[in-house]
Amino acid sequence: MTDTVTSHGATIVVEGVSKQYGDAFAVRAVDLTMAPGECVAMVGHNGAGKSSLIKLMLGLTTPTEGRIRVLGGDPASAAASHIRRQVGFLPESVAFHPSMTGRETLDFYAKLKGVPRTGNDALFERVGLEPAAVKRRVGTYSKGMRQRLALAQALLGGPKVLFLDEPTTGLDPALRQSFYEIVRDLRDAGTTVLLCSHALTELEGQADRVVVMSRGRKVADGSLATLRSLAQLPIRIRLTMPDGSVIETTCANDDKVAAVRRATCAMDCKGGVDVTDIEIVQPSLDDMYAHFLRREAAE
Amino acid sequence: MNTLLIIAGKEVRDGLRNRWVVATTLLMAALALTMSFLGAAPTGTVGVGPVEVTIVSLSSLTIFLLPLIALLLSFDAVVGEIDRGTMTLLLSYPVARWQVLLGKFLGHAAIIAFATVLGYGAAGVALAMGGTEIGAESWRAFAAMIGSSVLLGAAFTAMGYLASSLVRDRGTAAGIAVAVWLAFVLLYDMGLLGLLVADGGKTLNAEVLNWALLANPADAYRLFNLTGFKNVSLFAGTAGLAAHAQVSAPVLLGVLAGWVVAPLALAATLFSRKQI
Repeated sequence: MTDTVTSHGATIVVEGVSKQYGDAFAVRAVDLTMAPGECVAMVGHNGAGKSSLIKLMLGLTTPTEGRIRVLGGDPASAAASHIRRQVGFLPESVAFHPSMTGRETLDFYAKLKGVPRTGNDALFERVGLEPAAVKRRVGTYSKGMRQRLALAQALLGGPKVLFLDEPTTGLDPALRQSFYEIVRDLRDAGTTVLLCSHALTELEGQADRVVVMSRGRKVADGSLATLRSLAQLPIRIRLTMPDGSVIETTCANDDKVAAVRRATCAMDCKGGVDVTDIEIVQPSLDDMYAHFLRREAAE
Repeated sequence: MNTLLIIAGKEVRDGLRNRWVVATTLLMAALALTMSFLGAAPTGTVGVGPVEVTIVSLSSLTIFLLPLIALLLSFDAVVGEIDRGTMTLLLSYPVARWQVLLGKFLGHAAIIAFATVLGYGAAGVALAMGGTEIGAESWRAFAAMIGSSVLLGAAFTAMGYLASSLVRDRGTAAGIAVAVWLAFVLLYDMGLLGLLVADGGKTLNAEVLNWALLANPADAYRLFNLTGFKNVSLFAGTAGLAAHAQVSAPVLLGVLAGWVVAPLALAATLFSRKQI
């Protein structure tokens, strides 16, 4: 494709990467390019290869085939230290040492990353961890507090690349909102954010691009609008009648203007029936995800 | 270098928090003090000082106890962190894998060293306050005993790390640690004795026996402490052996150090190849 153009200035380049454990493929022939200031959502069910791909990009495992470049270098090489200094990672089901306090934990990771510890207070405030909680041992933390601490350590040193693996599982809705606010701020500041989740509905509006994974393969990649036209899922039009009854019809995406015109025309021309409300329901990310999985399974 | 110290420091703090350090130090001190008080009782007529008695009994005890403590402390070090998920996060930081392994080892070795020096040192203080005249030679033997104990602890810590990097499951690592302890501390000498008896001195000469003893860090430690100093070997009944011992004290210490370095190097190699 236009590889030379897209990979120029890209923070992450994944080319034909496969990862095999024994006979099983965790990741199979995946190509992926991410640019600075881009927020990419990677969706897929459990075992679709999301976490395996992140581990490859972190250099924790090495690909069986293919090539990975993060910030211009091989993340698994011996000289990856300077890459990792600019990478933040929030692992799925994050674990800390329970006997250390929140502050000690963040201090430890800041020291490892070579970041001055003076910024830690600001980080705690940013992720909403109370000063009283910071002094307590991590073992006493609730899931939400652990997740905030996990985000704080991922933000250490202002990373250029941020991997968030299932960051909002177990968080209440209010916390999720503040979580995505932070992610948006980072993206606007030029950080490449890769967000993994299977809570699809909450990703709508957060991600610039959606990558759908299934059984180790990338089955779809594009903006929400692109995916929508690719999937060609029917759009539902819901008409509310004066008597309160609801009529629902479906139409193709390209046909929706004509369909609405037909519906409104019907009430103008025949005069008798009036439509009190019209509602157009776009296929949700959930619907599209299900569609791409069905298509993948059919192939 | 700095990264090593950060990781080692975290390990020491963990040890302080979960009471490993306190428990180990107290255990060592309690045993050492018991030995020194008991050891102080029968002296006088035998012509050996209380320090020598303490060294003999304490070093015999160390061979059983310290490897066990070291293995318990270390078998979980790698596999446990991978299991809990803390290793994934740690390795996503700018640290090399050998730094993680060596840093953690240094932390655990420091805990062992602290507990040994403080625990056995308490016995030394008790002996010094006992009132009996104690010669400089005796103190040297006592200091050598403490130093070689730390080295023995480090050797078994390194073997615990090897077990921990070898397998994917914590239970298996624990099993290997127990097997290592049984093999080196209990079964090895029994097997060797059995062989000697069965062989009747036909093929197993002194040189072969020497090499066989060097192949076990616990035996190297025993030889070092029981034959290294004349007063001690007199009391231990190993004076005859000491006269025939062809292995000098520096060699024995070198062997112990080798038992620290070799398993650790192997563990580092295995760990660096591990897919996490």
